[in-house]
Amino acid sequence: MLILIRAVIGRDLRLAMRRQADIVAAMFFFIIVVSLFPLGVGPEPDQLRKLAPGVLWVAALLATMLSLPRLFAEDHRDGTLEQLALAPQPLGLVVLGKVIAHWLVAGLPLVLLAPVLGIQFDLAGDALAVLTLSLLIGTPALSGIGAIGAALTLGVRGGGVLLSLLVLPLYIPVLIFGAGAVDATVSGLGPQAHLSLLGALALGGVFFAPWPTAAALRVALE
Amino acid sequence: MHWNSLADFLAMGSHGLYVWGSVAVMALLMLAEPTLLLQGRKRLIARLKRQYRAERSEARLKSQTNTGRSRD
Amino acid sequence: MSNRVINWFRYASPQTFYPLAGRLIPWFWALAAIFGVAGLTIGFLVAPTDAQQGEGYRIIFLHVPASWMSMFIYLVMAFWAAMGLAFNTRLSGMMASALAPTGALFAFLSLWTGALWGKPMWGTWWVWDARLTSELILLFLYIGFIALQAAIDDPRRADKAGAILALVGVVNIPIIYFSVKWWNTLHQGASVSLTKAPSMAALMLWGMLLCALACWMYSIAIALMRVRTIMLERERHTDWVRALLAEKE
Repeated sequence: MLILIRAVIGRDLRLAMRRQADIVAAMFFFIIVVSLFPLGVGPEPDQLRKLAPGVLWVAALLATMLSLPRLFAEDHRDGTLEQLALAPQPLGLVVLGKVIAHWLVAGLPLVLLAPVLGIQFDLAGDALAVLTLSLLIGTPALSGIGAIGAALTLGVRGGGVLLSLLVLPLYIPVLIFGAGAVDATVSGLGPQAHLSLLGALALGGVFFAPWPTAAALRVALE
Repeated sequence: MHWNSLADFLAMGSHGLYVWGSVAVMALLMLAEPTLLLQGRKRLIARLKRQYRAERSEARLKSQTNTGRSRD
Repeated sequence: MSNRVINWFRYASPQTFYPLAGRLIPWFWALAAIFGVAGLTIGFLVAPTDAQQGEGYRIIFLHVPASWMSMFIYLVMAFWAAMGLAFNTRLSGMMASALAPTGALFAFLSLWTGALWGKPMWGTWWVWDARLTSELILLFLYIGFIALQAAIDDPRRADKAGAILALVGVVNIPIIYFSVKWWNTLHQGASVSLTKAPSMAALMLWGMLLCALACWMYSIAIALMRVRTIMLERERHTDWVRALLAEKE
């Protein structure tokens, strides 16, 4: 089982390395969206500190949206997906591997960029640490839940916009607990409650979402 | 009956705009939905009938040309 | 027992369900009208003025039924979706797609009446109250469902994809609701919460229940009407639709 997942992850990572431009584009999208906010609302440090968690989290959701359509599209086009669906191994495990690979390629870079962007918003050290931690815990949930939307819109016209319409409402709890963790740190409440709920969402997203995703892929392949 | 006059009823204790605004939009949409459905249904039925008629006449034409050819 | 099961599946075929739905629709319209007239009479003509909210509270007779129906219809939609995935009946998918627009309509009406209620009561059209926010997200979920089904040309695939989305949504709704509620309690300082409903007189409760029943019957009537249209459209190549339309000429 683990071997299968590892093989899928390895394969997807190799494929992603061949298309590095996509990864870099999504990262720059994240950076640009975040940097636009101070220009839109003004440079007052107090206001920026208040906005930072929400802005960074919303930008992270949008940046994830950007990379989701490619999650299954390549494999669908070259027929790999059909073979995987026919294989005796459960398709859900394959999806789990792909979700993990997607997180490594699309989620982890956001986590690494977050502290730098947080400094732009004048966040203090502990808030910066919690922001990074919340993204580290929360972004796997984004990849997991997003996979359902990616599978449902596979090969559908207008897929990209439709995907965000389907997935963004489902991201709301992640956004609330992720940004809430940072808010709670700033206001002195401590982020533990938010972070543990975020962790629960991430576990749910990563381990339950692959099954409806697999079902949706089978529907798309019919 | 709770109201003394029609004017009282319409004023709704100075909240008339909000109460009747809610009633009007709800009534409008709940009448519009079945109306649109009935219209859509009529259009669909008309379209299907036209389609069936076209298919029938096409089939008739084909059978005529076929029999014509066999007579040759 | 086995007899009854067979009967149920007999009605699950569009060919037999179509005339049955046609016979039922007038009855549901009649019930909707009776309940609606009774509920609105009690709500708008008989019920006393509310001590705290004055006459403005009468919006409750529209707002609460609309909110209930918007949530209930999503559950029913998810039920049909699950039936469709489990038994692979054609009717289930059609029912789910027939319900979605009406659910979205009620979600919108709930937001609209909520805003018009909020303005005189709290002095603002919109508060990020947990219930209003969840209702807004519910509207987004309906729109996602409708958009997904509209984007897929093959109706069988549209049904199944929609069913998966509806089930994912129904699992998510409680999570979304509680997260929004939690977020709301942390962020909200002064604003009034909707949960403090006015202490309700029995008469008011009756008016509200009757209005909710009217909306329920309306939804059934509308869903049956829409499902009949969907059936004609999807089954247009079958003999029974041809025979049916030939009869009408």
